[in-house]
Amino acid sequence: MQTGQEITDRSGTNIASEYLTFTLGNEEYGIDILKVQEIRGYDAVTHIANAPEFIKGVINLRGVIVPIVDMRIKFNVGEPTYNEFTVVIIMNVLERVIGMVVDGVSDVVALNPEQIKAAPEMGAAMDTDYITGLGTLNDQMLILVDIEKLMSSEEMQVMDQVN
Amino acid sequence: MSKEFCMTQSDQNNINIDLNQFNKVFFEECAEHLAEMEQILVSLPDAGPDDEQLNAIFRAAHSIKGGAGIFGFQDMTVVTHVLESLLDLMRNHEIAFSTAMVDLFLEAGDVISMQLAGHRDGSEVRQEAIDQIRTKLQQVIDAGSVANPVESACSPEHSVQPVFTADSSAVSRYEMEFTPDPDIFKRGVRLESLFAELEELGELTVLAELPVTPEFSTLDPEICTSCWHLTLVTSASEADILDIFEFVADVDQLKVHKVSQDSDINLHSAAPELPAAQDQDTADKAGNDVVDTALGRRAYDKNELAPAAYGRRTSETESSIRVGVTKVDQLINQVGELVITQLMLAQTAAVLDPVLYENLHRSLLQLERNTRDLQQSVMSIRLVPISIVFSRFPRMVRELAAKLGKQVELKTVGDTTELDKGLIEKIADPLTHLVRNCMDHALETPENRIAAGKERCGTITLRASQIGGRIVIDVIDDGAGLNRDRILRKASERGIAASDSMSDEEVWQLIFAPGFSTAEAVTDISGRGVGMDVVLRNVQSMSGRVNISSEAGKGTRVTISLPLTLAILDGLSVAVGDEKFIIPLNSIIESIQPTAQSLKTVNGKNVVHVRGEYIPIIPLYELFNMDAVVKKPEEGILILIDVEGEKAAVLVDALLDEHQVVIKSIETNYRKVDGTAGATILGDGRVALILDVNSLLQMRKKKAVCQ
Repeated sequence: MQTGQEITDRSGTNIASEYLTFTLGNEEYGIDILKVQEIRGYDAVTHIANAPEFIKGVINLRGVIVPIVDMRIKFNVGEPTYNEFTVVIIMNVLERVIGMVVDGVSDVVALNPEQIKAAPEMGAAMDTDYITGLGTLNDQMLILVDIEKLMSSEEMQVMDQVN
Repeated sequence: MSKEFCMTQSDQNNINIDLNQFNKVFFEECAEHLAEMEQILVSLPDAGPDDEQLNAIFRAAHSIKGGAGIFGFQDMTVVTHVLESLLDLMRNHEIAFSTAMVDLFLEAGDVISMQLAGHRDGSEVRQEAIDQIRTKLQQVIDAGSVANPVESACSPEHSVQPVFTADSSAVSRYEMEFTPDPDIFKRGVRLESLFAELEELGELTVLAELPVTPEFSTLDPEICTSCWHLTLVTSASEADILDIFEFVADVDQLKVHKVSQDSDINLHSAAPELPAAQDQDTADKAGNDVVDTALGRRAYDKNELAPAAYGRRTSETESSIRVGVTKVDQLINQVGELVITQLMLAQTAAVLDPVLYENLHRSLLQLERNTRDLQQSVMSIRLVPISIVFSRFPRMVRELAAKLGKQVELKTVGDTTELDKGLIEKIADPLTHLVRNCMDHALETPENRIAAGKERCGTITLRASQIGGRIVIDVIDDGAGLNRDRILRKASERGIAASDSMSDEEVWQLIFAPGFSTAEAVTDISGRGVGMDVVLRNVQSMSGRVNISSEAGKGTRVTISLPLTLAILDGLSVAVGDEKFIIPLNSIIESIQPTAQSLKTVNGKNVVHVRGEYIPIIPLYELFNMDAVVKKPEEGILILIDVEGEKAAVLVDALLDEHQVVIKSIETNYRKVDGTAGATILGDGRVALILDVNSLLQMRKKKAVCQ
């Protein structure tokens, strides 16, 4: 996987950003590749008492205790099954390491600013607040997610809220 | 103090970030030097210190002074300078040692510590204490100097060292002969700013003199061949003047004479000629052979090379490096990971045919040994010897003994026992409390001891040892022992449940009750009853235990048992449904398999009857909303826990194992989880939550309220 984020063409004007794309139900999503630490399978999750259903628990990622969020349950899409094909995206968000279960990881794509359109009010399983825009790649539509905003939101219940 | 000084101050601010970092190093080193000095002082024999010891003390004072000078802590330089001067005279046998000096030096050490704390933590610095100690030290120097006038005249070093007490109002005239190093310009010293600094002190007259005029062909503008006659009329002390020349002029390059106002006679009229002659000599050499003079330049340097003059550093001092604790913790983490990986490898390989894969199995065994060794070495980095704590007690005991009129001998055993740095910092307070208690309450006065048929001198023994995975520290005295009747009487006075039928062990436990004191009179040392409960709480916060054994008339032994490190916890792993939990061993009283008869209900809540007590049951599956195999208490296991006197029985499916686990935080990447104190990684690589029994009890109460 490439880690470089910005690709500049010869004229140096069009700056593209790279996104990791994944599927949730029938929809294709994209997150900033720089937020992604690694992608791994789903195993050995320790349940956390009294946590919401979509927080599957914590795993041991090389000595670091990492919480796992199942986006399929959270956004009520796809089938929450757990087998050897279940994919967890480990992300670095706001100096924390968080794992996210999705239906599948597709690709890493580069999008130019003109390929990204503002998101309409409705349509995705995710709240529009967390969507930065819609990307178009060939005939495919990508829902670009502000993952930091999403993970730090109160509804995810991943972080202690500052009161 | 001056404009020049203010300027350097603001210059310092510009590079503040860097300086702070160095300041920290200085603070640490300074604290170490002070500790070393104190340790030597306290251990001095009555006959007085030998040269080695004197040199060691001098070296410590000198290092502090040098460091303080570099980092701009002038106030510290001033005190250490006087101290150093006195020590230097003693080192040269110009002033004889007396036992009163030990106390004086200790006091000076305290003042420097106070100044250090002032700079480091911003704590209060009492100026009068500083002035007092300076005056006291000065008096000793003056008395000694008067007693040895011959030596002071013939010692060239001495002519610089005497520091006259500054009578702040009196103005005096100083005449200085300053012969700088030929290479002083090369060292980046600017004489004009030096003179400007002097001028801030008072009225300054500067006269330059060229004793040797070099040939024009050999003239090197970077070589200083001039010497200077300075006359300063000031109210500042000679120490202040010397401070300005600190790091610029060496002893043989600067002569300072105080010429009092009324008598203008120069007592040392011969002295200026001597340096002038020397100067000519050095200047000549400077022209021909700069290297030669540079080598012989610093009297101190030379001395430092000569072991006889300064004393060697004790041979056991190993070289060391300072490393941040976070780096060490990271290392420990990574090695922990390696151990788990190794375990997983071993588990995977266990199913393979031992004959077919003989080589693999052998390598895996080797790996296991290596990782275990590695883990041990890495863990040992955090460990420090307990002598760091023990070393503070000799002085405390000495002073308290004098105050209380008791004779006490302190023995320490097992100084080299090592424990976690975090624990070392926390154990100091409880130990101090215990030793104070021994001194004040336990040990009798010499008369009473003789009457009781004991030796005049009481003994307090501090003993540290490692037993298994724990560190055991004993505080033992041979005093009067705990008075069972008095404790029981006090307990009933204070309304603490106690009866005559209690066993000795149970009675001794009573003294841990808050506010409990059996002392007849409250003294400023102890007796206010804010002792033992604090000791107990501190030790418990380190996952430790306190035990007392005592025999009337023979003495008392308080035993503190601590885990080796704070990063590791002794725990019992239990199963509830599919999950495993760790319960800290230090909160567990026992685990029982309840019989149907022992189970009762109160308001629909289960309680268990254990030895006359009804203890509420906390079903873990219910508290954590889990599917459990066992829902009825009689089918599972009850673990009795004790949280600050409150008992509860935790219902679990099964007991699994007892082991040491590495504590990890859940909050780093997630939020706080009620009922847990963190998490750990088990041998199979899975995460297990560590239960916090205190928070479990609170959860149960909250739940009861909700229902």
